Amino acid sequence: MASLYGWLDERLGLEELLEFARHKTVPVHKHTFWYYWGGISLFFFIVQLFTGVLLLVYYRPGPEAYDSVRQITYDINFGWLIRSTHSWAANLMLVAIFVHMFSVFFMKAYRKPREFGWWSGLVLLLMTMLFGFSGYLLPMDELAYFATKIGLEMPEKIPWIGPKIASLLRGGLEVNEFTVQRFFALHVVILPLAFLPLLGFHLWLVQKHGNAVPPSEEAKPVEQRRTMPFFPNFLAKDLAMWLIALNVLAVLAALFPWQLGEQADPTKAPPPGIHPEWYFMSMFYVLELFQGTWGLAVSMGIFTLGLVLWTLIPFYDPDSRNGKRARQATWFGLVVVLILTATTILGYWGVYGKGH
Amino acid sequence: MSSTTKASNVSAEGTGGEAVDRRVFVGAAMGAVGVCYLAAIGYPVYRYLASPVERAEAQAAVTEVTLPEAHKLPRKSALMFKFGPFTALLIHHEDGTWSAFNAKCTHLGCTVKYEPHNNRIFCECHGGIYDARSGANTGGPPPRPLQVYQVKVSETGVVVSKS
Ligand code: FES
Repeated sequence: MASLYGWLDERLGLEELLEFARHKTVPVHKHTFWYYWGGISLFFFIVQLFTGVLLLVYYRPGPEAYDSVRQITYDINFGWLIRSTHSWAANLMLVAIFVHMFSVFFMKAYRKPREFGWWSGLVLLLMTMLFGFSGYLLPMDELAYFATKIGLEMPEKIPWIGPKIASLLRGGLEVNEFTVQRFFALHVVILPLAFLPLLGFHLWLVQKHGNAVPPSEEAKPVEQRRTMPFFPNFLAKDLAMWLIALNVLAVLAALFPWQLGEQADPTKAPPPGIHPEWYFMSMFYVLELFQGTWGLAVSMGIFTLGLVLWTLIPFYDPDSRNGKRARQATWFGLVVVLILTATTILGYWGVYGKGH
Repeated sequence: MSSTTKASNVSAEGTGGEAVDRRVFVGAAMGAVGVCYLAAIGYPVYRYLASPVERAEAQAAVTEVTLPEAHKLPRKSALMFKFGPFTALLIHHEDGTWSAFNAKCTHLGCTVKYEPHNNRIFCECHGGIYDARSGANTGGPPPRPLQVYQVKVSETGVVVSKS
């Protein structure tokens, strides 16, 4: 055993790695809990890779898409479980990423020198939402069909080139089996190819700069700050979190299996209460709010502006200590949380409040 | 791993057996829980991937196949059909008798074919030759005769069955 380790160590430099891991520490303070959420997001992403490859074994895009998902859900052993796990983990991954993002925001962890961590994280979030959007169509049931149809209205409305772009995405003038094939390529090849290196970059930055401490900790004198070793203490806690995440996922996937609706039928009107996934609800609601000729432009403008402001936060809150500027950023964050929650709730209330 | 080595060091120094016992116990318990998790994930994944295999095996248990239109098959000709998951060969001989075989060559598994002009069954892959009535291997590399099925012909079709 020892000689095998020695053999490997000589070639791979394991001892250096371990030595490195031993020196790495994680700050301990009353907000340490929020450090776990990046890892939890990562865990759900790994689950997505794993279950995604399993689904790929039976899924057939194109005209047979619905049938193959029906087969996975009802015929293949444990197919329902794999599919349900994939869908639930996608949603939990987004929840974890949002928590991670807001905790990073409120801990002010985007400040120098962590700007690129913030930006790469935002792009990863947008890509995850695209993953969700492109994956949603793949079963080609009624809900998937209409959600995609509506979602593609957004590029459609861009002046001049919009319809061209939307048609290219769709592979036609209406959502059809070519759309499924394209979204499939996007979902399993293009997005992962872009996502993985960016994720690597994001994780490397975290490694390079270490955990950021919130301003309230920074205000303390150095002697009063506490840390714990990353290896094995923090890692063990990280893994415990993963185990909890796995259990939550297993319970949700097993007790609330993801449903498969009726096969999409372009000649049929959508079922009542149709709405997008929760992470698009806010946008959906704002789109509904501003109607008329300029409505779409206004609502898209608001979202773009919000996103730009959110992205640029490291610039106008560059090096805040516990002072006034930090408080402004905190207020900004709270307003964003408030608006997102409010519009999401109003969106759901609108969907269910009217139709039922 | 490292915890057990540490534990044995401790006991060698004689600092107390109880702590060691607890360490070993916790290590073993965590290992056992880990194995349970792996099994709980591995079992569905295995069954999921094995689904088509299980289905084929269930199909392979089929002992009888009815071919509705096959009685119209002209003499001196053959019909390829599916017997469960396997490819099979039905021959209507010149004298009006019938034979049916599993079409898998006993040499390396190619699919054999009926050659009416030579009145034999031939394997293209390495030139294996079988008797068209009995399926006996009469030439080339095949080591064994073809698997023979029973044939019953009626007005409505042909029934092929495993003996
Ligand atoms: S496989 Fe048929 S002769 Fe070799």
